[in-house]
Amino acid sequence: MDQSGAGPAPSEAGSNRLRRAGTVLALLPFFVYIGAFLLLPTFIVAVGAFQDAEGGVTLANLQVALTQKAFVDAFARSIQLSVVTALAGALLGGLLAWAVAAGNPDGLLRHVVVAASGVLAQFGGVMLAFAFLATFGFNGLVTVFIDDVLGLDVLSGGTWIYGLTGLAVVYTYFQIPLMVIVFLPAIEGLRKEWWDASASLGGSSWAYWRHVGGPILAPSFLGAVLLLFTNAFSAYATAAALVSQGAPIIPLQIRTALSSEVILGQANVGKALALGMVVVVAIVMAFYAVIQRRASKWLR
Amino acid sequence: MTSAAPSRGRRRPSVIARWLVLILVGGYLVLPLFAMLEFSTRGPGGARTLDAWTAIGSDKTLVGSIIVSLELAALTVIGMILLLVPTMSWAYLRVPRARRIIEFLCLLPLAIPAIVIVVGIAPIYRSLNSVFGGSALTLVFVDIILVLPYAYRAIDGGLRSVDVNTLADAARSLGAGWPRVIAQIIVPNIRGGILNASVLAIALVLGEFTISSLLNFRVLQVVINLLGKRNAFTSVAVSLAALIFAFLLIIVISRLAPGGGSRGRQAAEEE
Repeated sequence: MDQSGAGPAPSEAGSNRLRRAGTVLALLPFFVYIGAFLLLPTFIVAVGAFQDAEGGVTLANLQVALTQKAFVDAFARSIQLSVVTALAGALLGGLLAWAVAAGNPDGLLRHVVVAASGVLAQFGGVMLAFAFLATFGFNGLVTVFIDDVLGLDVLSGGTWIYGLTGLAVVYTYFQIPLMVIVFLPAIEGLRKEWWDASASLGGSSWAYWRHVGGPILAPSFLGAVLLLFTNAFSAYATAAALVSQGAPIIPLQIRTALSSEVILGQANVGKALALGMVVVVAIVMAFYAVIQRRASKWLR
Repeated sequence: MTSAAPSRGRRRPSVIARWLVLILVGGYLVLPLFAMLEFSTRGPGGARTLDAWTAIGSDKTLVGSIIVSLELAALTVIGMILLLVPTMSWAYLRVPRARRIIEFLCLLPLAIPAIVIVVGIAPIYRSLNSVFGGSALTLVFVDIILVLPYAYRAIDGGLRSVDVNTLADAARSLGAGWPRVIAQIIVPNIRGGILNASVLAIALVLGEFTISSLLNFRVLQVVINLLGKRNAFTSVAVSLAALIFAFLLIIVISRLAPGGGSRGRQAAEEE
């Protein structure tokens, strides 16, 4: 009776409640910290998007963010860039994950690819922009090779790297390793027995991927594509380092809004743009959560 | 685990396809890194030189920013451990109902882009700067938030892989108080997870650009970016050096930590 905790003696009830309160209070510093440095900033963005310069309630910021051509175009380009690089990255990264998974799980290749993927996918940012300038920029390795050695001018002197095409190429570059990290566990979740079962029934390699491997991996693949989309959509550093003129995508529009501040009456447009980003990411993440639940069915 | 390699003989076409993928996709990933090496060692008249690399050490602003970023990384690791380890251990031991909300909050930064956080946190930093005199080390507060998702997963993996409740019961029955249980029983048992979390935090802080640049703090990535406009060769050299440093850090730790990166897989198989 005592241990089940169903009915403590009345005299102990007070001290028990105190102790239980103390138990929960020990978590308080964490919640206060998260509140101050994560929830409060988000709140400031969400509320600020609906405020004018004097703090009054207004829809003008959102109206500007959703109708002014520069912003609408930037949103469209951001989404386009994210879709294209998510698909390209998922395809190439998925293939690479498959190639790595087919090898020795404790081998050097797997260790090197996983570690390198971690670095390139998550910590690259500015450094990757410079990597691509050194490759495809005005004096880059590939540009110089094609111009001087092959005598062609297909890369038009490396100016394309500063534009939307350049962004797509660099973004795809960091999407591939992220795909490897996200998708490798799913591929490694495929059981050898399934392959054997398919083969023993006379199934070809194609039949296996068509009827067994493919359908099992499909939800994981789709989930990974969504994750890659939000990754590209949220990315800022690479674009900021590469593009110094103009602001083709939304994160760069926010940079402009932050650094130039207060065009009269537009003080909080940056917050409205930021809120717009959160809404897009939240919608994609909601789909991701649904798909993830289906994907985990086979990965137990 | 041991029988993972599929029988090779009857899958010859896929062996060729596998190497083709490794060479083509792997090659695409390696090419820009090789280009950085080539670019940063260019000398006059086609010769090779290490001038751009030695210039790293003589650029005072650059060295200063490297030191600030390393200090920031150390502070972030300490803060992350102090914030997460007691909270997560306590939730595992005493308040299991809080685990879901803690997980949700820790993974939340994945859904809120850094560029959005910076918009909302700029006013907060305006008041922080008046207290701390605008030191770049105050970035530790927001860097801890940025590393939360990665640190949470690593530490959670550590906590899952040991039976913390039994350990805690044993220590309690021998008279240990809760602080001692966490510091001397739980922490040593999840040190692999803590180590993983720390490495990810260091790499992330050394690579952080979005928030520091928009709040005007001169950390490593911000200075590299400014340097790129003046001296492309040195900025490429220091970028490559930083990438290699992060890579080695992760390789070394994944070898050191028991179970390393494959822990998740093992845990999944045991269940």
